[in-house]
Amino acid sequence: MTPLTLTVNGIRHELRVDPRRSLLDLVRDTLDLTGAKKGCDHGQCGACTMIVNGRRINSCLSLAVSHDGDEVTTIEGVAARSAGEETSTADAPALHPLQQAFIEHDAFQCGFCTSGQICSGIAALEELAQDLPSLVTVSGEGFRNVEDADALLEEELRERMSGNLCRCGAYPNILAALRQVMEAQR
Amino acid sequence: MTEMMSMEVQAERPLGRALDRVDGIAKVSGRAMYAADYRPASDLAEGFIVEAPAAPGRIRRLDVSRAEDAEGVIAVLTSANVPEQRTYGAPEDAGRFTQSHAVLQGDRVRHVGQPVALIVARTLEQARHAASLVEVEIEVDAEGGIFDALAHEDLAFAPDSLDGADDADTQKGDLARELAGSDHRVGATYHTAMQHAAAMEPHVSVAEWDGDQLTVHMGIQIVASAVKAFATTLQIEPEQIRIVSPFTGGGFGSKLGIHSEAVLAALAARVCDRPVRVVQTRRSVFVNAPHRERHRQELELGATADGTLTAIRHDNLAGMARDYAFAEAPASPTRASYAAPAIHTSHRVVAADIPTVDSMRAPGEAIGTLTLETAIDEMAQACGMDPLEFRLRNMPDVDPVSGAPFGDHRLESCLREGAQRFGWDGCVAPGSRREGRLLIGRGLAAAIRPNMLVGAEAEITLSPDGRFHVRTDMTDIGTGSYTILTQIAADTLGVEPGQVVTELGDSAFPKSSGSGGSFGAASTGSAVQDAASNLLSALRDRCAALGLDGNGALAFTLDSVRLGERSLALADLVGPEGMTASGSIDPDDFDTGQAGYSYGAQFAEVAVDAVTGEIRVRRLLGVFDAGRILNPKTARSQLLGGMIFGIGAALMEEGVIDPRSGAVMARDLADYHIPVNRDVPALEVHMLGASSPFANPLGAKGIGELGICGAGPAIANAVHEATGVRPRAFPIHLDHLLPNLPPV
Repeated sequence: MTPLTLTVNGIRHELRVDPRRSLLDLVRDTLDLTGAKKGCDHGQCGACTMIVNGRRINSCLSLAVSHDGDEVTTIEGVAARSAGEETSTADAPALHPLQQAFIEHDAFQCGFCTSGQICSGIAALEELAQDLPSLVTVSGEGFRNVEDADALLEEELRERMSGNLCRCGAYPNILAALRQVMEAQR
Repeated sequence: MTEMMSMEVQAERPLGRALDRVDGIAKVSGRAMYAADYRPASDLAEGFIVEAPAAPGRIRRLDVSRAEDAEGVIAVLTSANVPEQRTYGAPEDAGRFTQSHAVLQGDRVRHVGQPVALIVARTLEQARHAASLVEVEIEVDAEGGIFDALAHEDLAFAPDSLDGADDADTQKGDLARELAGSDHRVGATYHTAMQHAAAMEPHVSVAEWDGDQLTVHMGIQIVASAVKAFATTLQIEPEQIRIVSPFTGGGFGSKLGIHSEAVLAALAARVCDRPVRVVQTRRSVFVNAPHRERHRQELELGATADGTLTAIRHDNLAGMARDYAFAEAPASPTRASYAAPAIHTSHRVVAADIPTVDSMRAPGEAIGTLTLETAIDEMAQACGMDPLEFRLRNMPDVDPVSGAPFGDHRLESCLREGAQRFGWDGCVAPGSRREGRLLIGRGLAAAIRPNMLVGAEAEITLSPDGRFHVRTDMTDIGTGSYTILTQIAADTLGVEPGQVVTELGDSAFPKSSGSGGSFGAASTGSAVQDAASNLLSALRDRCAALGLDGNGALAFTLDSVRLGERSLALADLVGPEGMTASGSIDPDDFDTGQAGYSYGAQFAEVAVDAVTGEIRVRRLLGVFDAGRILNPKTARSQLLGGMIFGIGAALMEEGVIDPRSGAVMARDLADYHIPVNRDVPALEVHMLGASSPFANPLGAKGIGELGICGAGPAIANAVHEATGVRPRAFPIHLDHLLPNLPPV
């Protein structure tokens, strides 16, 4: 067993973990935060997406012991991350704007990929705000400066969300939810 | 403004309202509890499946000693120590979902990947490591196995039963004569691929025993038949079994029945006397959950010079998993879409040593419309007609093969409205529409899917807390069951949806239809409507007995019921236990002899790179008739999801079995490609929305599988217009196009 210090959703944990344990299994089965899902355990589906030190990762592909000292945000912590301490009850948890937008746009069906989609989407919007490029970004230009920004933005969002599979096919609605939050942030 | 709009929405009746999902908050906050999230009271052990590396044959040697000695291992289940089960597949006359799903039985191995052992350990890491220590040798049958059914046509036979149909073969009219007398004939052999449901939630079961009572938390589509399957397999009474499945992470047919991980979990929990969770790995799901089989489809069409169809022949060949009677019906849409004097269809199967073959979303139509609607397009071209006009000319007046009258027939409306909305302006010469190096093509296809109604029961309790609790063992696999059942109950009871609490997915509740075949909403919804109506009558009677009688609707608040100016305290009305009423639907009551289908028309625009052959869908528009729409928001999502399945079937999804070894080669989501966000363009969904009262009390028809029907062939027909290449195999590969692309 290997010692590990990890901050998850603002709570610091001192742990001893099996060095074979993935970050996903640690969070789900040791810390009992079951919002993140295991869809493939191969980094192919994105259902396990978490935000680690501000960047989204596939938590199934990452050994827990490699995250000593890291700050992890899971779906259970995204609302607090956006708004600080809000009142949250068992029946009515405080929601991040993207969580609310997902409900309004019906951006999920079975819900199994949803935690990953939302964590991924929040981080993707932050990447865009920081002008971090993606595969489709026109080299040397922030997407906001390019002509036909609207179409390009759609392509950027689709590209950036393509690591998160949704078999129910909520993609167009996920896109609509992301756009709503993005426009509200402007 | 916002306030006015929301007041308008509130003024609408609950049913038909675009209500946000009632389980939405649970799903976006990570609080929805799927089976793998369930935590039993006592320590959970983890099960890990050890697969057969070869088949068909017998286990010659299975050495689990090193695994048993490994750290953390609690038990290793093999055929040597597994508790007794009913013989796999027995009884033969039971349906495939309720017959024995025995595992680890004897030394016989039917297919590559079948479980030969289950490791049970304290942690997943320990179980997975111990699994790697198992040594297994399979003595493959001397004659080898049949893995490529299409190469063994000499062994083909007509299946005893065909999914969703009465007969394997139908022969209407004199096919040879009609073909001989036709002015135009087109015919081709098509291949559709092995496909996987690939639901995002891998198949999972958490089993625990309390004495001789078994509880299984699992992802499942139909709870009631799962209870029967456990009872048959484990040879215990249904009353000893409870299935809990409040959320299922997608099914698409693959969770209609139970699979090996479920039985393994139940057996392991018994042997180890503690709760056991078995989550199939993603790689396991590709072999230990069912798939859609590869099909060879032959189509031959005849038409007169004026574009009237005279003959359609549709013959099918596919594999059937040995000892598992399921055969898909790709000719189902051929029997129902177009009028022709002669329509002959057949289905043949070859028993093969492959993983389970079973329903995948829109069995029959998904791959049947893919080929039929391609052939129809080709015939329109042969007749020199616009493919829209050709389809409209051949609309049937009665169900073409059965001759039954239609309950309703709105295919023509879908085609006309779709054409108008899409801006369909006829065909251009293939390869003639270009944007730089992109070849642009447009295509359309009809969508059809039989509508079904199955028996269901539900109950509703008005509790002293003023809320109406709907209970049924119905599942919500992403379809929106929680939401629409809440709306149906609220609508009938005359309350807002917020006053209704719907509880699903528990075998302790009344038996529903479950989710499958697009019958869930109408079937279980009708039972809920009946229960609500019965409860309202009972409440009215009780109010009258307590002196609150008169005309007008009862108005329920959280602590009282009001009629006109007078009211009663809820506690006085329902007592401490609340009041409960049951409801049901019997499909025989709606057996009107009419043929019922959901319909649609899909229009696609694609861009094909003239240099690389890469196909991108630029636009996909569907107009659908699924009867009355219960919730436009969730209904639209069902159709969107179906259309995206159609994109996958046309362009990406292809399972592969090694014809030499029988091994499934595409076993994960990197090898088996499903559409990702960037593969999906702006989709447009329109619903006619007219009610279909012949179908069921709600007037709704099936919607969950409709969107996939016709989406693929609309894309294929667009690819033809773009390139001049007529796709004959699906998914359409670049190399199908490259040799014949027009010059750059």
